[in-house]
Amino acid sequence: MKAPSVAPADVVTVGWWDATREHRLTVQRCAECSGVQHPPRSLCIHCGRTDTLRFDTAAGTGVVDSFTVVYRSPVPDADVPYVIARVRLDEGVICLTRLENAEPDAWCIGDRVAVDWVDLDDGRALPVFVPAPR
Amino acid sequence: MNGHLIGRDQLGTGVAVVGVAESDLGVTDQPILGLQTQAITRALDDAGLALRDVDGLATTGISRFSATQLADWLGIQPKWTDSTFAGGSAYEMYVARAAQAIRAGQAETVLVSFASNQRSARSRSLGGVVEAHTPEAQFETPYAPLYPLSYYAMAAQRYLHEFGATREHLAEIAVAAREWALLNPKAFRYGAGPLTVEDVLASPMISSPLTTADCCLVTDGGGAVVLTSSERARDLRKTPVEVLGYGERTTNTSMTAVDDLTLTGAVGSSADALARAGLSISDIDVIEVYDSFTITVALTLEALGVCGRGEALDFIQDGRIRPGGQLPLNTNGGGLSYCHPGQYGVLLLVEAVRQLRGECGPRQVAGARTALAHGTGGILSTHATVILGVDR
Repeated sequence: MKAPSVAPADVVTVGWWDATREHRLTVQRCAECSGVQHPPRSLCIHCGRTDTLRFDTAAGTGVVDSFTVVYRSPVPDADVPYVIARVRLDEGVICLTRLENAEPDAWCIGDRVAVDWVDLDDGRALPVFVPAPR
Repeated sequence: MNGHLIGRDQLGTGVAVVGVAESDLGVTDQPILGLQTQAITRALDDAGLALRDVDGLATTGISRFSATQLADWLGIQPKWTDSTFAGGSAYEMYVARAAQAIRAGQAETVLVSFASNQRSARSRSLGGVVEAHTPEAQFETPYAPLYPLSYYAMAAQRYLHEFGATREHLAEIAVAAREWALLNPKAFRYGAGPLTVEDVLASPMISSPLTTADCCLVTDGGGAVVLTSSERARDLRKTPVEVLGYGERTTNTSMTAVDDLTLTGAVGSSADALARAGLSISDIDVIEVYDSFTITVALTLEALGVCGRGEALDFIQDGRIRPGGQLPLNTNGGGLSYCHPGQYGVLLLVEAVRQLRGECGPRQVAGARTALAHGTGGILSTHATVILGVDR
């Protein structure tokens, strides 16, 4: 996908975005209860603690929970069709993303995927997913 | 059927719907408040009440201060307002809150209303409205999903995959909605003729597996509902329609919070509403559910307990949700073929009340005494159920 313009990071999310600068996918994990969550928050949705969250490097692999091929984009200059998906990371959380590097009609729920990166103009990078190496 | 459905001292909330109306629908070239005025004045006339009787207002979709704006426009200073913003389910929530306010004595007569001129004003955006400070702006909007369509499309994809159903099966929901709309002169597709499964499949694909024919209309329109105590309702113009029960659930704003796309908050909201009414789903004579997309109906029917999980599409293939079928559903033609002004929830209530009063002409469900209205908002985000009944 073409690099989109992305809303700026804030104090809660900056650690997640900073990791993307080195193409590292992270998930927020609670040191107290080990719960994982995405997107990043300032409290743990599993135990309620606010001072125990850290960003753990994720394996960068997961499985397609569901997807949809978009033929009419809300973005005027987007190249259609493209594939929007929910990917369930091996750590357990679900990310919204794009599926790339395969024909849109070839994707199936349950496909194994691996993270890839779209570099943004501001030095951050946006994670997308591609077929996992066999 | 329970013979003592709404014995006044046993069941019900003690609050009734006494007036309902639609604004002009379709393409109106009216401003939002012009459509609101039509719906409100017609609903008050339906009830035999006047604006001076109204001391409670619930609305949204006008401005940041929706109920305040409407009160100013109408020239009234209500004792109670609500502008809970929960998309298409807000109106079922308002009925619950209005019932509570009336029972508590904070208000005597509450107006619930909504209108939109989204078709005339071309105000609908394919990507929805995402505020820059929300997590979705950073973690979802960059990928350019259609909002809300792509979420429902992913739910549909997951549903078809998990339960071995097909797009043909799903299309029956749009086909049945059209059959009902052909019986409703106010329906946007009234004169459009029947829709076939082939038509649905051959319509332009927007966000797979959903085509334009799997999606609700984009029209102007609005509606209003007047509520007061059951005791006062007995002295008014029309047969009172009692509010028997209500329930709601709020589950997500993001596209990633809900673990299972095929399981919605309608399970809990409808269970609460039926329990409050002392009824089971098999006691309900007519069902009006928000059909934002065909998949929404399949998921909602299962959540209501009409059939088991994964069974809805098989269950309806015999035509049972079409006119004359065993399960009268979305009897005005629904958001798919009648009217969809954005937050359709108020019009579910209007149709349910008219069915219970026996006012629906060729689409009337004979002898309907109980109805269920279920609103859904956002991306299967908010769910609210209202159970209504008449004593006749």
